[in-house]
Amino acid sequence: MPILILAWKSLLNRRFTALLTLLSIAFSVTLLIGVERLRGEVREGFTNTVSGTDLIVGARGGQINLLLYAVFRIGNATNNISWESYQAITNLPKVAWTIPLSLGDSHRGFRVLGTTPAYFEHYRYARDRGLTLAQGEPFADLYDAVLGSEVARTLGYRLGDPIVIAHGTGDVSFARHTDKPFRVAGILAPTGTPVDRTVHVSLTAIEAIHVGWESGAAASGRSPDAEQTRALAATGALTPQAITAVLVGLKSRIATFQVQRAVNDYPEEPLLAILPGVALADLWSLIGIGERALLAVSAAVVVVGLFGMLTALLTSLNERRREMAILRSVGARPAHVLALILGEAVFLTLVGALLGVALLYGVLLLGGPLITDRLGLFIGMGPPSAAEGLLLAAVVAAGILVGLIAGYRAYRLSLSDGLLIRI
Amino acid sequence: MTAVPVTPPAPAAIAIRDLRFRWRADLPPVLAIDTLDIQPGERVFIEGPSGSGKTTLLGLLSGVLPVVDGTLTVLDQPLHRLGAVERDHFRADHVGYVFQMFNLIPYLSMLDNVTLPCRFSRRRRARALARGGSLNAEAVRLLAHLDLDDPGLRARPVTELSVGQQQRVAAARALMGAPEILIADEPTSALDADRRAGFVKLLFRECREAGLTLVFVSHDASLEGLFDRTLRLAELNLAAA
Repeated sequence: MPILILAWKSLLNRRFTALLTLLSIAFSVTLLIGVERLRGEVREGFTNTVSGTDLIVGARGGQINLLLYAVFRIGNATNNISWESYQAITNLPKVAWTIPLSLGDSHRGFRVLGTTPAYFEHYRYARDRGLTLAQGEPFADLYDAVLGSEVARTLGYRLGDPIVIAHGTGDVSFARHTDKPFRVAGILAPTGTPVDRTVHVSLTAIEAIHVGWESGAAASGRSPDAEQTRALAATGALTPQAITAVLVGLKSRIATFQVQRAVNDYPEEPLLAILPGVALADLWSLIGIGERALLAVSAAVVVVGLFGMLTALLTSLNERRREMAILRSVGARPAHVLALILGEAVFLTLVGALLGVALLYGVLLLGGPLITDRLGLFIGMGPPSAAEGLLLAAVVAAGILVGLIAGYRAYRLSLSDGLLIRI
Repeated sequence: MTAVPVTPPAPAAIAIRDLRFRWRADLPPVLAIDTLDIQPGERVFIEGPSGSGKTTLLGLLSGVLPVVDGTLTVLDQPLHRLGAVERDHFRADHVGYVFQMFNLIPYLSMLDNVTLPCRFSRRRRARALARGGSLNAEAVRLLAHLDLDDPGLRARPVTELSVGQQQRVAAARALMGAPEILIADEPTSALDADRRAGFVKLLFRECREAGLTLVFVSHDASLEGLFDRTLRLAELNLAAA
């Protein structure tokens, strides 16, 4: 196709503006595909904030509310579950394991979660990824705490540092349990889930903090010190009366609905069991609008990029009318003129899209470890997904459309100008 | 005018009969020529002030504009019966065209500019190859004939050439692949007065060698003495103002 060679030489002649157009398309494609990829990962990450858990049990209330406080540490439970009910759930024949969760205290704005070593053993997120300790050990002593990665990073804690738990969940709390400081025993690796923002202590520790605080405030003078409390814990006197929620793992998933019904119909106490996957998907459909807005914005950036190309093409047309008249004089048809412009647009879009994708892989290659480390998001380097392919195809199709618009204009000009040279 | 068409002794290179051209069907014609015959090998000077229908006539002869009313036969090809694509092919194969100025495509080298018609016409490509062995060799040969045989000149961007040099490159392009008809639209008006006659003589020499029919349009009457025949478009065109 001789006309394409001409298109190429013409483009080389205008290489500076062509390069700018190419870069604006490439950057917008990088953004679009990057957002699409991140979006998939964020959604995946969100709906897998907790995985491997078959049921979440709390006091009867709203499903979303239970999910929010049990998984995301947002808001508060309206009611607790009694220790007896927890025992009963644990002893159900189909139940493989349970993780008790006790919330209500905070440390400098981060929620404190009382739980058992079962948490480190059974808690799963993403696709069956377990919690791993970046440093240290799970809690062994009564006053041991295991920090989420973000807690440690934000507050600058290292292993062995003492921390003080405050009663209540505000950042600024007047009721600090300063008489019973904790020690950082372990720091978890980043997960990209609310675990990163949680301070984990043992269930008995939660009780221990509150020894002498039964009235809700420090009972002056009568409060036992840390050593006395340790001795008290050893006797088993610090078994909690109530917990906030329970994560339940079943021996077989088939039993999920059966166990759910058994919990919901539990006669001693009004309880609610929810399926985390379903509840998370529900919640996502509520807040996922933001992610769609992000995609819409990046699509708008692509549209702006293509408009830039259209503008560049149309402005160049007036300067190129002479070129077209010359081409027609040596025998070019108006269709050739259209092909000249269309070829340029298709070339710029295709190369721009390829360059954009290459740029994205470059960014992921260099920035991926940082993203994983900071956000706990693992963005795959795999080949473009079907959705990404579709987006790329849409970009190229839009580029061809732009080429056709400008090409048609050139075609009309070339028909009306004929061999008339207009400058 | 005579209603009975006069049959010329030899088939004319260009023959017009009862031609009327309107930009729109409901507008009066801008060009109305009853009879015009240009013989093969003839060098015709068409003198036409602006508004005489010069642009329209050249558009029709080169096949860019359609003949709706009347007949236009070029090299035995009835252009009035050909579609737009066929007329474009016809132009590519048989017509060389030189503009008033700015003839060259700025992003192509001098040789690429000269060989440009061979990208659009197989016939001219074949003829150029038969004559020069390769397209570039034929281009160099034609350029040399037009006193542009300096290789240093060929290496420079065409935009750096003088106007006279550009016009000669354009002439070489129009001659490339030996088309039968050469149309020159005021090719000398951008040249200095003392260079005009030189350019026309160069053009003549090439046309004579290749047996080309030359249609040369200008309002510079000082050149008309060099030509076989002068046509005054203002008189020829019945629709002229």
